[in-house]
Amino acid sequence: MLSCELGMKLVYAVLFLVLAPVAGGLLAGLDRIISARMQRRVGPGILQPFYDVLKLWDKEGVEGNPAQGFYIFSFLLFVVLSGVFFFAGGDLLLVIFTLTIASVLFVTAAYSSNSPYSQVSAQRELLQTMAYEPMMLLVAIGFYACCGSFAVGDILNSASLNIVRMPGLFLGMCFIFLIKFRKSPFDVAMSHEIHQELIQGLATEFSGRTLALIEVAHWYEDVFLFGFVYLFFGGAGLFTLVGGLLACALVYFLMILVDNCCSRVKWQHLLRCSWAVTLVLGFTNVVYLMFRMQGY
Amino acid sequence: MSYFTKSPWLIHYDGSSCNGCDIEVLACLTPLYDVERFGIVNTGNPKHADIFLVTGGVNTQNLPVVRQIYEQMPEPHVVVAVGTCACSGGVFRECYNMLGGMDRAIPVDVYVPGCAARPESIIDGVVKALGILEEKAKKLAEKKAEGGTNGAVG
Ligand code: SF4
Repeated sequence: MLSCELGMKLVYAVLFLVLAPVAGGLLAGLDRIISARMQRRVGPGILQPFYDVLKLWDKEGVEGNPAQGFYIFSFLLFVVLSGVFFFAGGDLLLVIFTLTIASVLFVTAAYSSNSPYSQVSAQRELLQTMAYEPMMLLVAIGFYACCGSFAVGDILNSASLNIVRMPGLFLGMCFIFLIKFRKSPFDVAMSHEIHQELIQGLATEFSGRTLALIEVAHWYEDVFLFGFVYLFFGGAGLFTLVGGLLACALVYFLMILVDNCCSRVKWQHLLRCSWAVTLVLGFTNVVYLMFRMQGY
Repeated sequence: MSYFTKSPWLIHYDGSSCNGCDIEVLACLTPLYDVERFGIVNTGNPKHADIFLVTGGVNTQNLPVVRQIYEQMPEPHVVVAVGTCACSGGVFRECYNMLGGMDRAIPVDVYVPGCAARPESIIDGVVKALGILEEKAKKLAEKKAEGGTNGAVG
């Protein structure tokens, strides 16, 4: 019985390893098509992100600092690792902290070059981390208060539908996902759009294969962040699957819509509103869950 | 098979021009022409770019700038000179500070004449450049097979 459970976990982890880049790349392609349609353009094919990465793989790499490649490779490794922990049904706190290590490695990579663009972007990325991290932790605490466990497997099999007790946390998490997915109005550190104030932000100094690795890391990250959305629908049997996937699609679409409707905000504004949302939606929700746990 | 022709990223630089050609270049990105259909992205970052799209001629002030952008672009890359100014200096040719067309500063692969060059001909020029890019990529791959490395991780 125990070995069977372990086997299932391994299967999920391997499935994530293999399928996440495919799904992430397709999602990125779909993103570009939907964005183009919102701007009344045709847009590229859905496979475009794959072509981009394959091209970058063949291109010459220019490195200002030889350590860059190592940092970026470790960034990818930790992103993948946190996803593996998540899909193997591991501990939510472990997942969040591993993901934080990954983003710190990315920031280190940007700091390792002398370019002012990359230095300023690295500072902004740290600010972004400050903006979204409290909410991520509150989400983990909320799941514990709601389901009595940090383990992803237990949360999915909780006694009742999670989102009913954690609507504030859900909305707050969707809000900070705008930062995580690097969407307007919160793409202050890095963005794919043309003519950026900071060129390409964190990615300015990378080229060739290192840049390709960054792209792939983002595909992995995107897929497993949607896993968080899915978790909120745990505990409802068949509805978990349908409701969870529908919610992921809806969140994804809304994020593209907001991205195309908003212009970038200053980082001060980013910090203020993300903390306000964390406090109002996240904190009150957690307080409610705590009282429930005490039996009030 | 190389993927350079499927995902050409370009950087646009405006030399000594009247801005007419720049507006036509930007027109290529609008919904009417929408070059993103072909995977073309305007990056604004020489380290990410495959195609260097220059408008306007070269003068004594922008000469080092053009050369620096060119040198920052990783191999393989191509240069497209858009507009009569970029091809030969155009109406500004006789000015005291002008050096002439872009080929006075960097090797140009494709010339797109016209004052201003129409978006259709700019796209045509970029497509032509893709063929050259493919060829350069092939040569680079052969050179690499002979024993060079491209200095990347992986
Ligand atoms: S070619 Fe004509 S339109 Fe283009 S920059 Fe020169 S003068 Fe202006």
